[in-house]
Amino acid sequence: MVTRNLIIKAEGLVKRYGELTAVDGVSFYVEEGEMFGFLGPNGAGKTTTMKMVQCVSPKTSGKLEVFGMDASAHPREIKKDMGVVPQENNLDPDFTVYENLRNYSRYFDIPSKEADKRIAELLDFVQLVDKKNVMSESLSGGMKRRLVLARALLNNPRLIVLDEPTVGLDPQARHLIWDKLRSLKKRGVTIVLTTHYLDEAEKLCDRLILMDHGEIVVEGEPGQIIKDHIGTGVVEVDNHPEVVECLQKSGSSYEIMGDIIVIYTNDPMHITDQLSMECSLDKITTRKATLEDVFLKLTGRKLRE
Amino acid sequence: MSYLQYFQIPELDRRLLKVWLRNKDVFMKNIKLNFLPPFLEPILYLLAMGFGLGTFVDDIGGVSYAQFIAPALIAVSVMYASFFECTYSSYVRMYYQKTFDAIIATPLIIEDVIAGELFWGATRSAINALVMVPVIAAFGLIDLKYALLIIPFAFLAGLLFACIGMCFTALTPNIMVLEYPALLFITPMFLFSGTFFPLEVLPEPIQYFAFAFLPLTHIVRVIRSLAYGSLELSLLSSLLWIFMASLLFFVLSMNLMKKKLIV
Repeated sequence: MVTRNLIIKAEGLVKRYGELTAVDGVSFYVEEGEMFGFLGPNGAGKTTTMKMVQCVSPKTSGKLEVFGMDASAHPREIKKDMGVVPQENNLDPDFTVYENLRNYSRYFDIPSKEADKRIAELLDFVQLVDKKNVMSESLSGGMKRRLVLARALLNNPRLIVLDEPTVGLDPQARHLIWDKLRSLKKRGVTIVLTTHYLDEAEKLCDRLILMDHGEIVVEGEPGQIIKDHIGTGVVEVDNHPEVVECLQKSGSSYEIMGDIIVIYTNDPMHITDQLSMECSLDKITTRKATLEDVFLKLTGRKLRE
Repeated sequence: MSYLQYFQIPELDRRLLKVWLRNKDVFMKNIKLNFLPPFLEPILYLLAMGFGLGTFVDDIGGVSYAQFIAPALIAVSVMYASFFECTYSSYVRMYYQKTFDAIIATPLIIEDVIAGELFWGATRSAINALVMVPVIAAFGLIDLKYALLIIPFAFLAGLLFACIGMCFTALTPNIMVLEYPALLFITPMFLFSGTFFPLEVLPEPIQYFAFAFLPLTHIVRVIRSLAYGSLELSLLSSLLWIFMASLLFFVLSMNLMKKKLIV
């Protein structure tokens, strides 16, 4: 077996804000070339963890290494090889698209000629060539996001950290971003992202962790996580007392979610037959199990603030 | 113990120049608009106050009223330029535009950002002096002997107000509250620092207060002296005051901003 380079290694990582423990002793690693996801409800500690990885928020305790360097001791060296796409776009509204990139390249000490070359390539990559001299303020949401992505790639990073990269984008723009992330991964760039879109995580991530209340709830490959926690299929039926009674008799694993009952299974056909015969039900939906099922099962349905 | 953290010597790295350059680039994009106030304001003030109001005023210490207020106009502009650059403008960059967040995602750290902002604020003051000195000289109100020294001095004086402004930026809970230092600190200085009438006409305790706590008093004193073409040894006390205060508020503003932004 080939052991790959560890890009991020966290051990017992803790972040406290006064009384509040935002990240409560998490341990994880990210290998070179991986696409790695952080999932979890609001306030789970994802963004806080990202900020520590980005070397902009100091940890309270534990160990955190990026590129094999201590994150609190070598922030400048680490950030030199990292690209960041923050949750909120922070483009410079005083500058055009080109000026945004040009100005940003200075922070990385990229020589002027080389900067122009990379800017041309990146504008092509994110399909913004004809917007080069437009003020960044007048771009659409999707274009701004792409420009932020291009900006994060200026320094040819080994690691890109993206916090909610596709939030608020239309389906076309989302797919374009996904496309770009996949092609970056093909080039060997390590990608770490947080997302609320579970289909996004399922499609993109090689491995992911699900966080809640500052802790890691589950970790692994998306497919495996679904198999372990839900099974292959989900059957949904309307919530009636007779159905509950019937399900209890048959001993199935189910959960009541408001108006519907969700049954987790590896054999949806069997459950469907059983339900329609024994419980005389006619409205039955069968579908593939998804990460969303895992998410709701493990973090509950209570609304998070 | 906990107060000592506000007096830690900050790390200064050459990368702060990149933040300065960013602000300079934005400034240059609107250069015509940015040059207008320091060009037009002294003309308006000199016409209205110097030559209008001034006709009712006797000579002050052997100079005309216009000649008396001309150096003070430069001093006031130096104060306004960097103070407002490092309060409202810095606050907008920090809070609304998230420019600081974007910069610290690169090899730059927050100390570079704040120091770059402070030196840029000082530069704005020097630019204003650079524009105003020739304008006022054109009115024949400046002795040209030491007039060019006003420009580098404006940088130092500007740095002081930049640092004081940045302290308020670090402490303010929101942008509205920045009205208070503008109203309670900057406006009284504009009026009571020997700008439009000599300090000596005020009661003695107020004179001492002005010299002890109103930085503009010292700045008016130095610029006025340079504009009159006289260099006195006694100016050294004002220079020392400005230098020490700049140092103190530089360290303080850097640490206050670090405490605010590194969480």
